[in-house]
Amino acid sequence: MTARYENLFRKLKEKNEGAFVPFVVVGDPDIETSVEIMSTLIENGADALELGIPFSDPGSDGPVIQVSDHRAITAGVTPPMCFEAIKRIRDKYPETPIGLLMYVNLVYAPGIDKFYRTAAESGVDSILVADVPVVMYEFGNDPWKECAEKYGIDQIFIAPPNASDYVLEAVAKYSRGYTYLLSRAGVTGTGMAAHRPVAHVMDILRKNNSAPCLLGFGISEPEQVRAAIKDGADGAISGSAVVKIIEENLGDHKKLMSELASFTRAMKDATRA
Amino acid sequence: MKTLLNPFFGQYGGMYVGEILIPALLQLEKAFVEAKDDPAFRAELNDLMHNYAGRPTPITLCRNITKGTNTRIYLKREDLLHGGAHKTNQVLGQALLARRMGKTRIIAETGAGQHGVATAIVCALFGFKCRIYMGITDVKRQEPNVFRMRLMGAEVVPVTTGVGTLKEACNEALRDWAGSFENTHYMLGTAAGPHPFPTIVKEFQKIIGEEAKRQFMEKEDGRLPDAVFACVGGGSNSIGIFTDFLKEKDVKLYGVEPAGYGLDTKFHGATLEKGKEGIFFGAKSLNLQDEYGQIQESHSVSAGLDFPSVGPEHAYLQSIGRVKYDSVTDDEALNAFMELSRKEGIVPALESSHALAYALKLARQDPEKKQTFLVNLSGRGDKDIFTVGKILKDRGQF
Repeated sequence: MTARYENLFRKLKEKNEGAFVPFVVVGDPDIETSVEIMSTLIENGADALELGIPFSDPGSDGPVIQVSDHRAITAGVTPPMCFEAIKRIRDKYPETPIGLLMYVNLVYAPGIDKFYRTAAESGVDSILVADVPVVMYEFGNDPWKECAEKYGIDQIFIAPPNASDYVLEAVAKYSRGYTYLLSRAGVTGTGMAAHRPVAHVMDILRKNNSAPCLLGFGISEPEQVRAAIKDGADGAISGSAVVKIIEENLGDHKKLMSELASFTRAMKDATRA
Repeated sequence: MKTLLNPFFGQYGGMYVGEILIPALLQLEKAFVEAKDDPAFRAELNDLMHNYAGRPTPITLCRNITKGTNTRIYLKREDLLHGGAHKTNQVLGQALLARRMGKTRIIAETGAGQHGVATAIVCALFGFKCRIYMGITDVKRQEPNVFRMRLMGAEVVPVTTGVGTLKEACNEALRDWAGSFENTHYMLGTAAGPHPFPTIVKEFQKIIGEEAKRQFMEKEDGRLPDAVFACVGGGSNSIGIFTDFLKEKDVKLYGVEPAGYGLDTKFHGATLEKGKEGIFFGAKSLNLQDEYGQIQESHSVSAGLDFPSVGPEHAYLQSIGRVKYDSVTDDEALNAFMELSRKEGIVPALESSHALAYALKLARQDPEKKQTFLVNLSGRGDKDIFTVGKILKDRGQF
């Protein structure tokens, strides 16, 4: 586990708090605003950032994040520009863990080694490749593990509610930094609220010494964060609800930042017992 | 974790989807492996193929179109199959699998609408709820097929993201399935996507090549064709006619991609010739993509070939040199469409017109050469008459 995730979860444990981790697409609506958005999230209590790099075909995302990707691409944002923006955040906030949530082709097409190297050089702590499931990771014909180890990146895996025991054990074994606990089936978005973590899933992850579990998909309210932690998760990830604030305040910069700030504070407050 | 079947063709293929969909893909793989050797399943599929869909389809020797050359061209008449295209073959197989798995709802993507129509057909027949995702551009340019789908009780959902073609329809179908797999089967329409779809679609389409080979040898004194031609979008009709010929080393195999306005423009769909290796739509294959891996828009006058990726087995067959992939432009395909209509009285699908155009090009390049070709006429062109009519009117040719 990278030192940043380790320190974060240790400190949170000492304070008896859960983690609040917002997700945004880097470069939405443009690079400068996006850097300011990420700063605002951290300044107002985000324990870590989960970041997407805009992709042409976000097949696991609902409408809000699809449109977010599209806005960034339309603004001319490229992966190298995203890495520069991440580097600026890293320089400004040396302690905050930064994770990438990626679609595989943006990692594979430029070369897995090159992508992981660039990520590490930009200060990224973890990479979750949404469309590389355990079965493909174990097939071993792509150097995911080798590259993650070589560049000190934590590889993150998703534990879905319908996974077999085999997959859950594998997720517990492979996932470093944290484990992404999927609250429900479907795509990202607030249209379908988060479900509670499945006790059986949590049991297997815990028994196999999983990294801390962050619950994601359909989390948009403080009450859901509180419930997730009460049910045994180590924190919660909220994506579409954050991106929705960006979408609704595109014309009003000041309001955008203040809405993001108050949302983040409310969500973070809910992680405190 | 192991799959029952190898999910790769050489280095291509795989199952690159979210973890949430893995149980659904494994369930489908298991159902397929058990069913394909189950005599009751085979008997029911066989009965449907013959008595419902109309197999075997004939092969037809062209009488007029090859005049002035020493080439003889046989057409494999998948245009005569119920539904109007080869797509019906594999939806019958998948429908039986869906029923076997206890699914009650079917979703599918469609480009030209042929797979959507085929899906609507089997859903009507088996009483499945049916939802078809179709790009908004394709909804407009393939209007007759949209009507046919709705007529048979399917819900057609126009997809408005991107430029609204097959790529977006595929994304949307996968999104639906990520939340609905418990009662829903994703009836993927081509030999692409995550494992086990390319293998399943091949299994149910390879009857095209098996029949055509037998029919050809009966008509040609036991000889094999010199070359076999098929158009390639996702790659289902081509893998269907190629598979039984792969072992016949003397038979040349040609996959014909859409060159659109030309390969030197940005407006084409020649994935195998111009694509780069990447992972999209659940599989490692060749895609039209930029240096960062963003998937690009394809173009073809034919909606069914307008796709920036291709089935993984085609990428593999190209890499080992067994199949040669080349392309013809929109104009060349349109000319073949017109010629077959005027000279043989057969209106081919714009997709299939690509394969025919390429075969005619080879025949006319060397008119003295004695050779016999087999062209997969994968579908009929009724769905394309408005598209072609508009182009001909714009050109002042009609």
